[in-house]
Amino acid sequence: MRKLIEQPFTSNPQGKVGKSHPHESAIRQVSGQARYVDDMPEPGNLQYAAVGTSPEASGIINHIDLTEVWASPGVIDVITVDDVPGHVDIAPVFDGDPIFAQGRVLFNGQAMFAVLADSTHHARQAALKAKIDITPTTACLSVSEAKQQDNFVRPPHFMHQGDFASAFAQSECTAQGHLSIGGQEHMYLEGQVSMAINDEEDRVLVYTSSQHPSEVQKLIAEVLGCKLNKVVVDMRRMGGGFGGKETQAAQWACIAALLAKRNQCAVKLRLPRMQDMIATGKRHPFENSYQVGFNQDGLITAAAIDINGNCGHSPDLSDAIVDRAMFHCDNGYYLENVNVAGHRCRTNQVSHTAYRGFGGPQGMIMAEVMMDAIARKVGKDPLTVRKLNLYGENERNLTPYGMTVEHNLLGDLIDRLETSSDYWARRESITQFNKTSPIVKKGLALTPVKFGISFTAKHLNQAGALLHVYTDGSMQINHGGTEMGQGLHTKIGQIVANEFGISLHDVEVTATRTDKVPNTSPTAASSGTDLNGKAAQNACIIVKQRLAEFYAEQIDDNALSADDVVFSDNRVTLAEHSIDFVQLVQDAYIGRVSLSSTGFYKTPKIHYDRSTGNGRPFFYFAYGASVSEVTVDTLTGEYKVERVDILHDVGRSLNPAIDIGQIEGGFIQGMGWLTTEDLKWDNKGRLISNNPATYKIPAIGDTPEVFNVDLYPRDNDEDSIYHSKAVGEPPFMLANSVWCAIKDAISSLTDYKVDPPLPAPATPEAVLKCITALENGLFSDKVS
Amino acid sequence: MISFLLNDKAVHIDASQADTTLLNYLREERKLSGTKEGCASGDCGACTVVVAHPNKQGSALEYRALNSCVTFLSAIQGKQLLTVEHLAEGETLHPVQAAMVDAHGSQCGFCTPGFVMSMFALYQKDNAPNREQINVALGGNLCRCTGYRPIIDAALNACTGAPSDKFSRNQHITLEQLAELDNSDSGLPALLMPKNRRELSVAIKENPDARLFAGSTDLALEVTQQLKSLPKLISLTEVDELQDIEETEDGLKIGAAVPFSKMETVLLKHFPALHELIERFASTPIRNQATLGGNVANASPIGDMPPALLALNAVIHVDNGSTKREINICEFFTGYRQTLLKQGEWIAGIYIPFLSAAAQVRAYKVSKRQEDDISAVCAVFNLTLDDNNIVQRLNTGFGGVAATPASDDALSDILVGKDWTLAETFEAGKNVLCQTFSPIDDVRASAEYRQTLLVNLFKRFWLQTNQHSQQIETRVHTYA
Repeated sequence: MRKLIEQPFTSNPQGKVGKSHPHESAIRQVSGQARYVDDMPEPGNLQYAAVGTSPEASGIINHIDLTEVWASPGVIDVITVDDVPGHVDIAPVFDGDPIFAQGRVLFNGQAMFAVLADSTHHARQAALKAKIDITPTTACLSVSEAKQQDNFVRPPHFMHQGDFASAFAQSECTAQGHLSIGGQEHMYLEGQVSMAINDEEDRVLVYTSSQHPSEVQKLIAEVLGCKLNKVVVDMRRMGGGFGGKETQAAQWACIAALLAKRNQCAVKLRLPRMQDMIATGKRHPFENSYQVGFNQDGLITAAAIDINGNCGHSPDLSDAIVDRAMFHCDNGYYLENVNVAGHRCRTNQVSHTAYRGFGGPQGMIMAEVMMDAIARKVGKDPLTVRKLNLYGENERNLTPYGMTVEHNLLGDLIDRLETSSDYWARRESITQFNKTSPIVKKGLALTPVKFGISFTAKHLNQAGALLHVYTDGSMQINHGGTEMGQGLHTKIGQIVANEFGISLHDVEVTATRTDKVPNTSPTAASSGTDLNGKAAQNACIIVKQRLAEFYAEQIDDNALSADDVVFSDNRVTLAEHSIDFVQLVQDAYIGRVSLSSTGFYKTPKIHYDRSTGNGRPFFYFAYGASVSEVTVDTLTGEYKVERVDILHDVGRSLNPAIDIGQIEGGFIQGMGWLTTEDLKWDNKGRLISNNPATYKIPAIGDTPEVFNVDLYPRDNDEDSIYHSKAVGEPPFMLANSVWCAIKDAISSLTDYKVDPPLPAPATPEAVLKCITALENGLFSDKVS
Repeated sequence: MISFLLNDKAVHIDASQADTTLLNYLREERKLSGTKEGCASGDCGACTVVVAHPNKQGSALEYRALNSCVTFLSAIQGKQLLTVEHLAEGETLHPVQAAMVDAHGSQCGFCTPGFVMSMFALYQKDNAPNREQINVALGGNLCRCTGYRPIIDAALNACTGAPSDKFSRNQHITLEQLAELDNSDSGLPALLMPKNRRELSVAIKENPDARLFAGSTDLALEVTQQLKSLPKLISLTEVDELQDIEETEDGLKIGAAVPFSKMETVLLKHFPALHELIERFASTPIRNQATLGGNVANASPIGDMPPALLALNAVIHVDNGSTKREINICEFFTGYRQTLLKQGEWIAGIYIPFLSAAAQVRAYKVSKRQEDDISAVCAVFNLTLDDNNIVQRLNTGFGGVAATPASDDALSDILVGKDWTLAETFEAGKNVLCQTFSPIDDVRASAEYRQTLLVNLFKRFWLQTNQHSQQIETRVHTYA
């Protein structure tokens, strides 16, 4: 018999949920040991790939002359769409995303061919040498053009409740407006990268920075023309994802796999930053408008919201993204009589894609725009109007898509934040300040967030896990979620440690692999912990049950049941009996008990009928609110976020430090979207804000000096994992308060009578333009 | 040969391409993958490393953070190159690393090594930095996950005074190791490192096609972004005559190859109004490399220092090894990225005359982001009034409004002799400014916004320098 491992029983404290354990990779990250795909030890036969792209936004391909590419130093292989043995289309849901341009080009920067060479530098240099002959065709470069032409990537979708037309006609007051909402570059610090290793026969192993390994596996199998069981995708960690690696990582993995199989070698493809920014999709820009009717108190009586997403050239995930914008245009406010229309506009841009919030932010901001517009018309503080319109707790609680808002926390949450942030006293002093300060103006805003949790595609709301308990009591947990920095693996480790009552040191969360847990959903929709945490817990419960039954058998006391066995503090206890956990594991192994199990979870209660626009698409809502104070320079449009107070609902927190990290990080990312992150395309459809020198995400000085973040103390009323709530996306939209505060400061120029027509992002230029427009409309000359 | 310490081991490079970046050297040749590539353009800081070198007296080490992605190997000749893998002692993390873990300062972790290295350089400065100083030290490092608050906390917790780590303990050993490095034969066949004026002039004559560089922060972009090969390079960083900072009776002369971070103190001593421009010039790692000479020689219309030099009437000292000449900066820029420099000439230094006691200088920069961004418009004003508030003299410099950095002489002409306190003086100036320039539309700003800024920055200057309006707040950001 093989000897079991001998080691002292652990004395490390039990890992628990609810504690602020550091990120599982923190020590490796700070010491440079955490490995990303580009850091993996390189196989001996590794070669390097680069991609050549379209110089036109729209056109017919006459000829791609690759002679000079082939002749370039170090080149091993060059492939185009004609060299793809299997499927050409690698679209995630609906067709439209060829791996390489086929016959025509659909956006500037579209991949047309790939080069394999003996170094990254050689591959990239060679890729510049193609002679591409394209006859340009008229490009559609704006939402308005697309809408005029009925040029949609998917059919329009509508939701309604009550009777907008008659309610609007009878409204005491009305307002209407239009809002241009910019997109957003993900700017994950680690760019897109994949390494494919050809394996025996037709098998391939692919390391990739992807939020969706199962989809990458499927698409590689399809482009190679092989079965899914020949492809293994491995993903240990990403250097950031934010949605940008949900569908958009697959193309580069597929190209690497194609080249690896063709050339029987290992292939790495890492996009240089500028190409990454040009060739991968972004948060959808939107052009939205609204009409709202309300009474003299500011209570909404009717609303019509028209939502128009710029989807780029193909559907990608746009159907669900525009849906989510529609689902969130009410934010936390009851709209009794409402029409919501959603259009998915096709343009000759890169296909826009998932990004934290998934359309929710572009919908939710419309609710806040309406609140500001109403407040200025009825002459009330915007916070008063917001509170007036909140969903009720037991009435006025039906959403435009027929879901009842249960367990609504917003009223109490806002009350608490109003007090803790000292909102009304600050409002008073800001009003005074603005009266005496001709150049610098201050603004203040409190905005809420209500965000629906679940994939709106029902089948994605499932997850699997695989747990191995080894004979020294240590464990490996594998699950379908991917770690992109959000702390998912840390939380899963805590859940497993908590279930078994063992130390976190004894739980290793391993790389996400398609050969361990199959058919996984993307790590997206804030669902990572909700789904995979429950699946991991399920695997733990199964193994615990076996151990408990084994232990009860050992005790052999009819009065005692396996159901009463307790796992805690590295021990297992049944009434007065107790055994060290590791000892029990070893005994169970000798007793031939299976120490490994899969786990599975599917979200209950959810359903949505798209044909009627009705249902319960979300398991629950996550809530939050924030107060931002800003200072605006009316000479230059520059501004500064002086103070931010946040109160956010994460249910019963699994890890407060990680949750606060998500809230703060999400807020700052949202602030970037609404302030300095300015995507610009030229009139040829070329992205000109295509590197971090021209596209500015928040830097360290943009973090407000006063930044108070608190967790709202209440368990999730639904049966989520330990009654926690999802936290990835909801805090992003807390940044609406920054944008509204800037508007508030500008509005002071009109004595708060006009809601300034500020677009998003509110760059200093946009702010100054807005100020100038107000001044030209209302004042003769304020200069001297 | 290029000799240096890679962490604690002496390394000699005999052959390498001239344009190999430090980042590629570390990752590809040394397989040190802790240092990350985020952008390869010096804009994100993921590749930050620290270079240590002896101070002037040779008694202690100075630590500077660099962006390894835009740095060529010449930058480490005779120095110690420190990477993130070397900070911990066995299992014990360095204080800045431990502080990052404790403060939950890493999420995805990809930017983390860069932050750790910038924070490490800050840690080695013998002080307890405040929030503002932390922002300056870490302003070149982008994090997309955390929102920075925990990173700021980590820096506040770790950097509390005199360094106490293995580097301070082993400083004397490192100094000895550095002293033992062979400095006699620096450079590579394709990467020349002349040591003085004579050698430089010979190097240029023998290699007329070679590109000259000091900090390399701009030149390296041709390699990493445009994928060019630069087969032959001449580094100015070892040329003795280009390293001096001279405070004469009537002005300051700054050697062309002095990095920004080395001249900041003396420059601000004499020209405190440049604080905003200096602090917002790129980022700390870039300022540790980039030079005033490079900023002028590049002649970019959006460079931050030329507008200041224009307003301050600087003089460019030009040399070719045999003949020196002086060019007034207002004549130096001849067109888009064109200057009066001839083949074989280099900038030796920049002379800035001291201000009279009466001079009032303000320097403004407007960009989308405060940290590490390029100006939409940069405006510098240098005004002298007499006792009756009559304008004696007004020198200006603007960036971002023309093909070159430019002054507005017409503005000066119209305002000299006028009463600065009168609104009509402002109006007269405004009218001139509206007509002098025709700025362009680009990714950073529209022509219209630039034009408005010109006028409004002039208004800010007018408000700030008039007694009747000095109490009016005109800034949302302040610079100490």
